[in-house]
Amino acid sequence: MPNLEHPAYPAAALLHLESLVPCRESQVSMLLSIFGEVRQQFSFPSIFIYGHTSSGKTYVMQTLLNTLQLPHVFVNCVECFTSRLLLEEILIQLQSCSSETEPTSPVPCDTFNDFVRLFKQALVSRELQDQTLYIVLDRAEQLREMEANILPAFLRLQELTDSNVTVVLLSEIVWELFRPNVGCFDPLTLYFPDYSIGHLQKILSQNHPPEYTADFYAAYINILLGVFYMVCRDLKELRHLAALNFSKYCEPVVRGEANERDTRKLWKNIEPHLKKAMQTVYLREISSSQWERLQHDGGEPGQLKGLSAHTHVELPYYSKFLLIAAYLASYNPVRTDKRLFLKHHGKMKKTNFMKKHEKTSNHLLGPKPFPLDRLLAILYSIVDKRVAPTANIFSQITSLVTLQLLSMVGQNDQLEGPRYKCTVSLDFIRAVARTVNFDIIKYLYDFL
Amino acid sequence: MSTCSVSKGCFVFKPSAKKRKLSQSTAHDFGIRNDDSEDTELRFVTCQSLWNQIKSETEKVQEDLNKQLLDNLMNFLSRFHSEFQEKTAEWTCRMKFREIPTAALVLGVNVTDHELTFKSVSDFLQNNITPYIALLEAKDCPGVKNLMQKLMGQLMNCYVDVDSLEDEDYVQVSQNRIRCSMSSLIKWYESVTKKTDSEAPSKKRTTSAHWQSPPVVVIFKDMESFTTKVLQDFIVICSQHIHELPLVLIFGIATSPMIIHRLLPHSVSSLLCIELFQSLSCKDHLSTIIDKLLLTAQFPFKLGEKVLQVLINIFLYHDFSVQNFIKGFQLCIVEHFYSQPLSVLCCQLVDLQKRVHSLSHDQCENIRRLPSFRRYVEEQESGKQVALLTTDNFLKEEIQKLLEDLHVYHENYVSILRCLHVFTSSLPKYPLGKQIRELHCACLENQVWETEEYESSLQLARMLNKSDLVTMLQQCMEILLSSSGKEFDKTVEKLKKFLTEFQNLEAEAFQEQDVSISSQKELQKKTDLYHLQKTLLELKESRRTKKLTKFEMLRFEVVDYIDSLVRKYLVPADRRTLHEILYFNTAAVLRGHLNAAPRTALHTALNNPHWYLKNQALKCDGGSISNKAPDICIVYKLHLECGRLINLVDWLEAFSTVVMAGEEPNADTASSDQMDDIIHARFIRAVSELELLGFIKPSKQKTDHVARLTWGGC
Repeated sequence: MPNLEHPAYPAAALLHLESLVPCRESQVSMLLSIFGEVRQQFSFPSIFIYGHTSSGKTYVMQTLLNTLQLPHVFVNCVECFTSRLLLEEILIQLQSCSSETEPTSPVPCDTFNDFVRLFKQALVSRELQDQTLYIVLDRAEQLREMEANILPAFLRLQELTDSNVTVVLLSEIVWELFRPNVGCFDPLTLYFPDYSIGHLQKILSQNHPPEYTADFYAAYINILLGVFYMVCRDLKELRHLAALNFSKYCEPVVRGEANERDTRKLWKNIEPHLKKAMQTVYLREISSSQWERLQHDGGEPGQLKGLSAHTHVELPYYSKFLLIAAYLASYNPVRTDKRLFLKHHGKMKKTNFMKKHEKTSNHLLGPKPFPLDRLLAILYSIVDKRVAPTANIFSQITSLVTLQLLSMVGQNDQLEGPRYKCTVSLDFIRAVARTVNFDIIKYLYDFL
Repeated sequence: MSTCSVSKGCFVFKPSAKKRKLSQSTAHDFGIRNDDSEDTELRFVTCQSLWNQIKSETEKVQEDLNKQLLDNLMNFLSRFHSEFQEKTAEWTCRMKFREIPTAALVLGVNVTDHELTFKSVSDFLQNNITPYIALLEAKDCPGVKNLMQKLMGQLMNCYVDVDSLEDEDYVQVSQNRIRCSMSSLIKWYESVTKKTDSEAPSKKRTTSAHWQSPPVVVIFKDMESFTTKVLQDFIVICSQHIHELPLVLIFGIATSPMIIHRLLPHSVSSLLCIELFQSLSCKDHLSTIIDKLLLTAQFPFKLGEKVLQVLINIFLYHDFSVQNFIKGFQLCIVEHFYSQPLSVLCCQLVDLQKRVHSLSHDQCENIRRLPSFRRYVEEQESGKQVALLTTDNFLKEEIQKLLEDLHVYHENYVSILRCLHVFTSSLPKYPLGKQIRELHCACLENQVWETEEYESSLQLARMLNKSDLVTMLQQCMEILLSSSGKEFDKTVEKLKKFLTEFQNLEAEAFQEQDVSISSQKELQKKTDLYHLQKTLLELKESRRTKKLTKFEMLRFEVVDYIDSLVRKYLVPADRRTLHEILYFNTAAVLRGHLNAAPRTALHTALNNPHWYLKNQALKCDGGSISNKAPDICIVYKLHLECGRLINLVDWLEAFSTVVMAGEEPNADTASSDQMDDIIHARFIRAVSELELLGFIKPSKQKTDHVARLTWGGC
């Protein structure tokens, strides 16, 4: 394992840093060498760091800059949803970063031009010119949605401000998806690989609870990873799950039924529990606080219905039929309407009608848009009673759209008949049809 | 302004519903329709006070029904709040990811009712937990920026609102100048809580009502309509600051909680700690409202069968909205007091005497004209008939008696109806309906004992087992005892007698069991098929002729007694004399008001202009087209005969033929040329009017054609 060595920083600080960033030593040493031999040296103008979710990008940057006490500005681009907010946030942090004086009221900064000017002023007033300033932009993919000049300008900030500054972009996607069309300075890209299972084990075991030994906790983490590694490699999530289920793991030890080394017994106790957790609390079907309470009371998770268990939606009578009609209109070809909904549809050769060739099922193709009039025509023919086309019926269509059970397609022309799509699933519509005693399968072309 | 409707177009926004409270001047409008402005003012006042009573009653019902939900919500919040306050250094808390507490409120599809629920939720939170509440609607938040603006605007203003005027100097900066970012929100929160903390000793009021460092509650009213990106970004931002700002999210969900998974990817939903809260089902809500408003003797005003049916149908078939039901009920009240001059007598019993005595001669005549009263008069002996028809004072006394009878009838009706419901609601397949409202409608409609369903339910009731029967009788007793009717002493006695008899039966029942067991044992002994058949036949024979057991006799007696009660008390209201005064039964008016049919109205107007214009010249028979009709009607009628694409030239030709039909044929050519120009212009105008109404649109397929858009156009 490479020990971090660098002439510019004291060895103690480096050692401390190394203990804080397990499994990321090589990346850190790489970064340090890019940053330059001495603090005053100019570094690369922009660095692009990418890697999968929770591969330690943000954490490593933050600890690195904090422990070595490098002047820096750390901004999350999701939080600063407009370019103005982003630029102002950088300036505000810059003002407060080196001096202890009260931050003065922020100056409005609308354009990048202003930003460069104000940035230079701030550098001078804070006496930061002599060492490299780092601007870290987390979740940098958001920059692409701001004005077109923002991203290229950040990449060349060193050149534009003519000062010692390095911009570090952190993102989960590769640089190729960022690159603007023309004239862009390519940053130095650096990849953070995923943590391997061994890394995860090492990192997770580091923080063991004070009451228990490190070995005991490491065994627990081992079991946990055995269950969850297949579905989840997110360090944050794993740590959360580990904390949630640890009390259950300790139960036999607390009750005195097993000692800390009785791994097999402990495994038998925790394994089904973890599997259940994978299906419920990991998917956020039930919340973690509910899960903890269940654990505490010793109840079965079966008692608590998850979010997906509540699929039933109660609808007014005609809304149900409207939804059924919309489903039929979405999944049946227009030419079959006559055959399906007309009592005397004339002679239509059955073989001809049934000929499906090798066509794909409409259910695989997804819903097709249909005009309002077709929906109403089908509605009239599937409801037994006479339905008057009152405003109530039309308002129900609109409310189905707001409930996202139907969706409106292309609303450019107000006068033209609006077109809709039915967005519910077959299972859902079958459940709805069952409540009104309507055999929907008989009316679906795909199932004839 | 929002509409919960239908089609695109212009909407008329009346000033908000509350302002509809008629002012004094509108009391005069009340009498305009009826030329005799009898007691209009009194009617108006009665109407208003009645409505106010009903309104407060419904609000109370609503409050009671929401209580459960609010308590749950309170528990949920307090749990998280204590967690936030502890800031514990315990290992698990340190390791656990700090999730944003989120309450998913499943409210049902009746979106119109949600407003009220949210109002009560936010009022409740405001009074008990926190002053910092923001209600967000999807249409205000197309982007994160708008969402933040809205959020900060609501939060920062609320501070000023809650803590009166002394803080004026505090948040004076208009929100335009505040940076709409989370960091400024946090700064604001810190300063606000610090301020209240330091002021806590001096101002006890705020600290007692709200919690220490109260949570900031953000309510998303219509979760379904929010775009995924906005929600995701907002949640990500919030989760980054959850340590500094105790945020709580509340999602208002109309469909099913599945929508959360559909809107949010796992990476975002893993930032939330979602718990589910189910609000009351709207059907239960309606049942309670009907129970409290209609099946009670508290209010003199009643709904007739047809009207009630209209309101219930709108609820069940169309909107599930309790608010609309109550609005419909309000409309009934207003319409009744407006259109029925005798409704002045629709008041509480205490006021009745005074009002009856102050009736004018015209009003007496009005009463004499009532069909139910005429029926009543005809049944009387001739001397009394004359007196009733000629002497006002005698009439008045009679009226008072009759109205008092009517009130008594209603009290009894409700109690007996509930008793009958106890029986019918436990029968298999519910021949008379499961809900009491169905039974109520059936009883109002006609004499319920004449219907087949009643017959079959009696049949079924005769087969009830003992334990069920006993519990039902006990329930009936309770109902009758708690009712205000005075006539039920005997009934209760009778029921008590039945109950004791059932208890006496117990001993005998044991014996009977023995007999039946022995006969069955006999049956088991015989294995021979022939003998078995024989015994079975014998058994059947014996059962047919067998004397009824005591229990069966008693059961028949009970059912017959219930039947007699029903026949006595559940007479339909429209058989009662003077029911017109208390019952509102003009369903047609209500239907006209509530079931708007824009398409039909438009079609009628264009197809048969006489319907609205009332011009004799326009009266036409059958399908012919009159040339007197407005141009647009002619054009419309002609266009009905065409297919999807309409040739404009042919259309013009047909139009001019129709228009010229009435003219003399011998016009000279010059003037006819000029005529043509005018007809052409009229035609073009009519066609563009049709286009404006959305019936046709220019077609791109053929240049001189237009496409039909409605009624078979596709």
